[in-house]
Amino acid sequence: MSTVRKATKKSSGLGQLMIPLVALGILVLFNLIRDPSFFSIEMATNNSGNQVLSGNLISIIDSASGLAIIAMGMTLVTAACGGQDISVGAVGAIAGAFFVKIANTDNGITGGSAILGFIVCVLGTIAFMMFNGTLVAVFKIQPMIATLILFSCGRSIAYWINGSATPQLTSPIIDALGKTIPGIPIPTPIFAVILMAILLALVFKFTNLRLYTQSVGINQGAARLNGINPTAIKLLSFVILGVCVAVAAVIGVSRLHQLNHKTLLVDIEMDAILAVAIGGNNLGGGKFRLLGSVLGAYIIQMLTTTLYSMSVAPVNVKAYKAIVIIIIVVAGSPVIKNKISMLITRIKAGKLQASAAKGVE
Amino acid sequence: MKKILALVLALAMLLSVTAAMADGIKVGIINLDPSESGYREANVKDLQETFTAENGYDASFVTAPTADKQLEAAKTFITDGVKYILVSAAETTGWDEVLQEAKDAGIGVFLFDRMIDCDPSLYTAAVVSDMAEEGKTAVAWLESLELPEYNILHIMGQMGSAAQVGRSGALEEKCAADDKWTIVADGTGGDSWDPEEARKIAEAAINDGKKFNIVYAENDGMAGGVVEALDAAGITHGVNGDVIIMGFDCNKWALRKLLSGEWNYDGQCSPFQAGLIDGMIKTLEAGGTIEGLNELSQIINVEKGFDARTLTEDDILLYGLGE
Repeated sequence: MSTVRKATKKSSGLGQLMIPLVALGILVLFNLIRDPSFFSIEMATNNSGNQVLSGNLISIIDSASGLAIIAMGMTLVTAACGGQDISVGAVGAIAGAFFVKIANTDNGITGGSAILGFIVCVLGTIAFMMFNGTLVAVFKIQPMIATLILFSCGRSIAYWINGSATPQLTSPIIDALGKTIPGIPIPTPIFAVILMAILLALVFKFTNLRLYTQSVGINQGAARLNGINPTAIKLLSFVILGVCVAVAAVIGVSRLHQLNHKTLLVDIEMDAILAVAIGGNNLGGGKFRLLGSVLGAYIIQMLTTTLYSMSVAPVNVKAYKAIVIIIIVVAGSPVIKNKISMLITRIKAGKLQASAAKGVE
Repeated sequence: MKKILALVLALAMLLSVTAAMADGIKVGIINLDPSESGYREANVKDLQETFTAENGYDASFVTAPTADKQLEAAKTFITDGVKYILVSAAETTGWDEVLQEAKDAGIGVFLFDRMIDCDPSLYTAAVVSDMAEEGKTAVAWLESLELPEYNILHIMGQMGSAAQVGRSGALEEKCAADDKWTIVADGTGGDSWDPEEARKIAEAAINDGKKFNIVYAENDGMAGGVVEALDAAGITHGVNGDVIIMGFDCNKWALRKLLSGEWNYDGQCSPFQAGLIDGMIKTLEAGGTIEGLNELSQIINVEKGFDARTLTEDDILLYGLGE
């Protein structure tokens, strides 16, 4: 009995990751056939004289960092609130403005000012996310409507904080944050993703946050009756999303060595929601797998890089991207999933019958 | 109730009398939101500094990001009895009725920066940039370098926007006509002219071993994004480097990159139309007629291209946008 339960649990867990893993596999295979050198990695020297790893694979994992981090936070908000935060890009611009405002002193960027800037950036972003969270958790407004406010005015707020300037950030510290640390050939943003993932994994390991979030997402009323405070859980999901957005914003600013309130993390909300969906998470809340969303982020980036690498005409890139994503999302839809699982059971049943027949023979 | 109404009316009349007593030329200026871009900010500032009381104007300013708010502002200006209306329209259509109204009221209309899709008789004159000319200026500069071959990484702006069509047009034409000119890789920063997207496009091109010696990016931000990818891959750029970097818009920060030799060229997209319009209004007020308009009643704003080898600190102060 216990083995049966274990088996079903395992299969349902993999079931969610099935689609993103298959999609990723197909993309990798497609690129290997198209151009075997697509995934080759080389050692190169950058203009600061550091040895760095370069190649499409590194580019993909590196470029998707911000998206992967925000997708983790988005997954939690989705799970707890049954809706998505569409203001992450705009709040990201505010976060970037906070960071640069504090970090970029008259004496340039020092270690101290960067750390202070990061702390202010995280706290400020959490404050803005708490605004979203309060509207959603306390006033019970639909997440998309609640976050529409900052979605539309967030970049203007970033402009107020930052003024008309497009600050250029030249400092070894910014290099280290957005590119590579001298002596370490792997881009720093990749480590940021790993760090955030470990951090969240530890939180889930040592607290009941996963269970509480899922129960609030599945049935608030039942969760409340069991002593869970849905308001607090929802607010907490927005706080975590705030931290994610802040980290992604600092990466984004450092990567380009400049702050542009109009383009920092632009359109990332759509990709983040997409990553959550591709990861097989229910956009209506409840059960979730962070790993799925992270895979979703890498799939989106690999798709984009593949299209660039194939020299698809710039006008058509979005259309191709949309087609592939539609296929992935439809393949992951409950209807298709049911059909496939039915097919698998039928095949298994057929095999059983065949082996039974053999046994009789 | 009647008394209150009478009081309000009296007050309104008093106000209009005092307004009429201000002896400046009454103009209403409708612009887009200054936070939109460095371009817009410089544009709004330029207008505010030109249409001052000292310069003989009584100007009202409205900045609105949407067409309906702009139309509302135009109607208010017509009711207020301004003598001239200056518009940079959020949308190219939907203005016919209001412009006709203004014309009937004897109000002169000047379009600046952006054209409106209507009969040219509905406005006095339009001061606009010629984006195709910006592209031609840039291509002519590139040609003057007389490189043995031109292998270009082309980063486009928002597809279909006037700036993208104009700036791409000249380059594509040249590449089609001349065998030495090849576009090795291209891509678009999308609707927001995203530098991060430009960086990724450049990264993909570098990873795929595509060799280019020119980066033609259709705005400064995207040129900056490409440069980040070059730096990461150890490719030198700028005046003494292997790759020529070209941008557009002349933001101050970008011009400083030229001055330091990291970039090579920046094409101007001039936000300074106020001086020209001021001149035209003064001509009309003196009883003269405006000359030099083309068949669409346009005056093309003259725009420069800056070369890193000849750029000066003064140019940055004079022509640079933003901070």
